Amino acid sequence: MSLSTLYAMTGVALFSLGFHALLVQRHLLRKVLALNVLGSATFLLLVGMARRGGDTPDPVPHAMVLTGIVVAVSATALALSLARRLKAAQGLVRLPEDMPE
Amino acid sequence: MRQMLAFTLLTLLVLASGLGLAVAVLSLPDAPTDLAARVDAGLDDSGVSHPVTAVLLNFRAYDTLLEIGVLLLVLTGTWSFGLERRLDPEGPVGPIQAELVRNLVPLMVLVAGHLLWLGSKAPGGAFQAGAVLGGAGVLLVLSQHPLPAWRHPAGYRATASLGLLVFLIASVATMRDGRLLEVRGREAGLLILLIEVAAAISIGAILAALFAAEAPETATSLDERKEPQP
Amino acid sequence: MDRPLNWAVLSVVLPLFGAVAAFLARARAGQRIGLLISLAVVLCSCGLALQLLEYGADRYGIGGWSAPLGIGLVADGLSAVMLFMTAVVGALTGLHATRYFAPRLSHDSAQAASQAHRRRYFWPLWLFMWAALNALYLSADLFNLYVTLELLGLSAVPLVALAGGPSLAAAMRYLLVSMLGSLAWLFGVALLYSAHGVLDLDRLSGILAPGPAVWAAIALMTGGMLLKTAVFPLHFWLPPAHASAPAPVSALLSAVVVKATFYLVVRLWAQVFPAALSFAAGQLLGYLGAAAILWGSVQALRQDRIKLLLAYSTVAQLGYLFLVFSLAMAPEAAADAWRAAVLFAVAHAFGKAALFLASGNLLLALGHDRIDGLHGVSARLPITMFAFGLAGVNLMGLPPSGSFIAKWWMLIAALRGGRWELVLVLVLGSLLAAAYVLRVLGPALMGPARGPRIAVPALMEWTALALALLSVLAGITVSTSLRLLEVGNPFSPAPGVPQ
Repeated sequence: MSLSTLYAMTGVALFSLGFHALLVQRHLLRKVLALNVLGSATFLLLVGMARRGGDTPDPVPHAMVLTGIVVAVSATALALSLARRLKAAQGLVRLPEDMPE
Repeated sequence: MRQMLAFTLLTLLVLASGLGLAVAVLSLPDAPTDLAARVDAGLDDSGVSHPVTAVLLNFRAYDTLLEIGVLLLVLTGTWSFGLERRLDPEGPVGPIQAELVRNLVPLMVLVAGHLLWLGSKAPGGAFQAGAVLGGAGVLLVLSQHPLPAWRHPAGYRATASLGLLVFLIASVATMRDGRLLEVRGREAGLLILLIEVAAAISIGAILAALFAAEAPETATSLDERKEPQP
Repeated sequence: MDRPLNWAVLSVVLPLFGAVAAFLARARAGQRIGLLISLAVVLCSCGLALQLLEYGADRYGIGGWSAPLGIGLVADGLSAVMLFMTAVVGALTGLHATRYFAPRLSHDSAQAASQAHRRRYFWPLWLFMWAALNALYLSADLFNLYVTLELLGLSAVPLVALAGGPSLAAAMRYLLVSMLGSLAWLFGVALLYSAHGVLDLDRLSGILAPGPAVWAAIALMTGGMLLKTAVFPLHFWLPPAHASAPAPVSALLSAVVVKATFYLVVRLWAQVFPAALSFAAGQLLGYLGAAAILWGSVQALRQDRIKLLLAYSTVAQLGYLFLVFSLAMAPEAAADAWRAAVLFAVAHAFGKAALFLASGNLLLALGHDRIDGLHGVSARLPITMFAFGLAGVNLMGLPPSGSFIAKWWMLIAALRGGRWELVLVLVLGSLLAAAYVLRVLGPALMGPARGPRIAVPALMEWTALALALLSVLAGITVSTSLRLLEVGNPFSPAPGVPQ
């Protein structure tokens, strides 16, 4: 197994972890973190596979990852602000369907 | 009981999909793609010498334009939530913190400038510089220095939109017969520098404002107001 | 080839300019900017349509860098139709919004402030969304499409949250769903890029080699888009979000935003993925669509609020768009099936926007949108209820509406293929739609008018009526739309460009 495959497989593992957490965790902060893990997993796959060329990595995936990071940061900021608004307006830290019965 | 069942089913679903993805990744070819060579071939025309910067601000500059749009959009969205001021003073800022911030912030601005300059030939550029500027802004907020946003809302809005606005104006100014962002060589280098400076300033301002999260004009919380609607 | 795409480029750049200007401006000026940009974008979309009809489809590598290095813009009939549909719905909904978000006579100063706040943020957010939609229809690059998807999702969420109250939880759910959908897309793009080294749709179509990586990418990208399009059983987030948003926002979301992700699935399945698709995959989508039609319609029948009824109706109507995938897997019927789907999408966009705008008028007039409180309202708001009825005709699929023709084509394709189960679903779906539309119209038309006389700004009523008329006209003008849709032959696999 080459180094880039190792990175890519780590990306797959992280993707599954993030997906799982998004589905089963209920606190909104954890759900947002899960989405961040999903994003990082994808970036890892892109950067890992870009290294297959050896010493000169493909710059296009690097640029994609940089763009992706900025988008991920923005989306996270929006999600956290909305979570704060939800907490301030209705005292919720979970979605209504995830409330303990 | 029902919860256990749901948990098990979801876990199985994730495991199955993860397995599928693993097979997919293992099936990928070992040979690299040939885009790197094309980037190299176009590098002389791009106006910069660092391949990633060339991709970001010339070959795929349109992505970057939309991405700066995403940043400003998210600031607009966050301000639309009308959040209340969060960082009410919980006590005085300690002397060490105050002194540290006073010394660190100017240094961070310098570092940001350096990163920006470096971007044309080495790893660095507008986003890295903007992130450092944003970090300086976060330090200021944390030590109870109000961001200029709350004293000069209009000026802060202008600072936050500067990056997107300069990028848009640059694309339209160089637009000939609907050809967007077609710039080469020296002209491209200057244009990229201009866009990067504006973008770095805006990114810093936006990141700091996102950390604080409340809109400059939000004097009272919207939550205290009555919500009409169903 | 490579003719400059002035109109296409402007239809992305102008809304972005408008969004920045509206962000900088105060509420009143922001609205003026918004209306000006709306007009300009309508002109651009007409300009693009005329250009395509005259010169044929075109593509352009932004920055003069052609694919695979640069990002391609592609303008064919399919993009032009989507762009035009969005421009019409967007401009009329924008006009409606000027009154919906207008300051109201109110003794409650806090409520007035919150109305001003909504008006201030509606325009920049909506202009960002418009730019995202147009960019999405025109992009021929998988990663660029990811950025447009995020721009779209991140503008739609705060628009929903503008309503406050129950919309906040709905917006949060929508945000999580939308981000998951985009990330699934991105992971698929990463796999495709790692396998083939290109991001351009046409080039990818030419070299797509079926294998585990490509299948996984198709599953992830299609799954992500199905989630964002709210296809049964992934529809759970749509009814609360579309029903609790401010009425003009509901109109934009139900009419246009879900169609954008549907458009992506069509673009990929018709043009890029055919080499790697199996017959069974299309059947799966088709049966999901059939289930959506039945489930959504039955749920719509059970709601007691108009906006929730309309939202469930959207779930059902989206089902028709995916039912088509099962018909389109037969190569000889594919082009007809896709045509039917696009015509259906356009007619539904006009009709559903009209219905949501009408529901906003009812909400404003009555202070609620409960179906049991509608008695006699049509005597008070005749134009609004007429719009509701006309758009209802389109939902039921009666002639001469656009969805009648689309359903007719679907029916013929299903009969030819001997797909009796789909014929049954098509017929049942129309009957159920008639039932839920009449549930609203019945009480509204009957009984004496009750309560005080209601003032709803005329503009709010006429914009709803205009959209309803368009949904019916979509059936009459179908030959013109088809001529535009055919430009560039969007429903056959791209010839591909050799590497």
